[in-house]
Amino acid sequence: MRRYRWLAAIPTLGMLGGVPFANRVRPYVLGLPFLLAWIVVWVVITSLVMALIFVLDSRRDAEIADVAATSSDRSSAS
Amino acid sequence: MTPALVVIVGVFVIAIALGLMARRGHVMNLEQWSVGGRGFGSIFVFLLMAGEIYTTFTFLGGSGWAYGKGAPAFYILCYGAIAYSVSYFLLPIVWRYAQTRKLVSQADFFVAKYESKALGVIVALVSVAALVPYLVLQLKGLGLIVSEASGGVITQAVAVWTSSVALVGYVVVSGVRGSAWTSALKDVMILAVAVGIGVYLPLHYFGGYRAMFEAVELAKPGALTLPSSGMSPAWFISTVLLTATGFYMWPQFFAGVYTARSESVFRKNAVILPLYQLVVLFVFFTGFAAILVVPGLKGAAADLSLLRIVERSFGSWTVGVIGAAGLLTALVPGSMILITAGTIISQNIYRVMAPDASDRTVSLVARSLVPVLTLAAVILTLRGGETLVVLLLMGYNFVTQLFPALILSLGERRRVSAASAIAGIVAGELTVVVLTVTSASVATLLPGAPQIVKDLNVGFVALAVNAVVLTVVALATRVPRPVVTELVRNP
Repeated sequence: MRRYRWLAAIPTLGMLGGVPFANRVRPYVLGLPFLLAWIVVWVVITSLVMALIFVLDSRRDAEIADVAATSSDRSSAS
Repeated sequence: MTPALVVIVGVFVIAIALGLMARRGHVMNLEQWSVGGRGFGSIFVFLLMAGEIYTTFTFLGGSGWAYGKGAPAFYILCYGAIAYSVSYFLLPIVWRYAQTRKLVSQADFFVAKYESKALGVIVALVSVAALVPYLVLQLKGLGLIVSEASGGVITQAVAVWTSSVALVGYVVVSGVRGSAWTSALKDVMILAVAVGIGVYLPLHYFGGYRAMFEAVELAKPGALTLPSSGMSPAWFISTVLLTATGFYMWPQFFAGVYTARSESVFRKNAVILPLYQLVVLFVFFTGFAAILVVPGLKGAAADLSLLRIVERSFGSWTVGVIGAAGLLTALVPGSMILITAGTIISQNIYRVMAPDASDRTVSLVARSLVPVLTLAAVILTLRGGETLVVLLLMGYNFVTQLFPALILSLGERRRVSAASAIAGIVAGELTVVVLTVTSASVATLLPGAPQIVKDLNVGFVALAVNAVVLTVVALATRVPRPVVTELVRNP
């Protein structure tokens, strides 16, 4: 199971779910009005979360490849 | 010849030369022409995928929306990020299936999954109906950019005709390889231009970003937030979701997926592309700066805000570079649209009517269609009136109707019949036409509903009709069991 893949839903829920509450000008964040800053931060989080899933997936794929390699070694040995 | 003109013509010539050279070393059969022989590495696939974001719409429309509407423009930033996170899971599945079956078009995917050529014809018709207006939009933007940047020396008609002839040339010769090569040039230029002017203008005119936004808020109170009715948060959220749904349903985007050599590139892209599309932010800055620097552009003229502020602020050379970048934002998507439309008509309509046609003939038909489609688009661009605007509005909703049938087909075993997919798509498309022609909104359909419901994007109505019809027909029709399983079960 790759349950961590559900993490990908977080940025969408955070970005859009927060829009009604983040719909304001102040406080300014890095010179941006609050609503725009809110969206930009979530776009950056989207990339970070996808990077995390990418790393976890790569690790998982490598493990599976390892297991497959060992089992095929065994079967060829016997 | 002004310096601006020299730059525009120079970049144009380089782009066409790159497009023509892209063919070298490849025999152009249909698979090579439409999907680059499925041999594109990470960089080309990235450029094709990213290239689709920076169309003339983003360049002129993104700044135009910030200028004319303010905060509602931010939706452009959101739907891309969401679509990319979905792409991580969706595109590898699509790619794997297309790879083993040697598919060349999006309609092919439906034909193979649902084992129905009729569905392929329907999807092909929907695609062409959405693609031609989209091409017209690119050409209109191109004409506008070149004529403005050349200070009116080149008329819109001359710009549109010249670039269309060149476009046909390199599309026919190089196919999607031409798009990939020109998009490399385009992305470098657009990055430099968008970031350059987006950073420079607020600092130059206002001394900083916060100062600019405070001045905007003073001049146009409420421009930096969503209004409480109309383009409200409910409108915003529903529009982002709907647009993200339709994102990968665009046939040229879908076929772009087939060009990849391996599936790992989609996962990497899903990490990088959300950040990469933040470039749109700088396009917004330019639109906001223009509110105060070049005020008074009303309605559709708001799309000129970027060009006007650029003319006001820079010398002729810089205007030329920006005009050239704008030209490329029309050429690259334009070429992808032509290749996709040509492929779909020849592969999914012509081949069905002429089942004995050889691969060579189908490939020839695909390429022969390019000048025909371009001519139609040029005429619509220069002569088209009200009808065109309506068609454009419908385009995105047209392709979005393919979403339910596509998602239901992704599993190993198909769960719904081809008849139900056809019924759903046809019902959805008809609803789109009716809603657009009557300019209906949820507010006009349900006058008694609470404001939050009234503001929802009306596109969801068509998608809902589609889903309901699909479900009803799916329950009434049986999915034929795959022949192989039958044999195994009853030996």
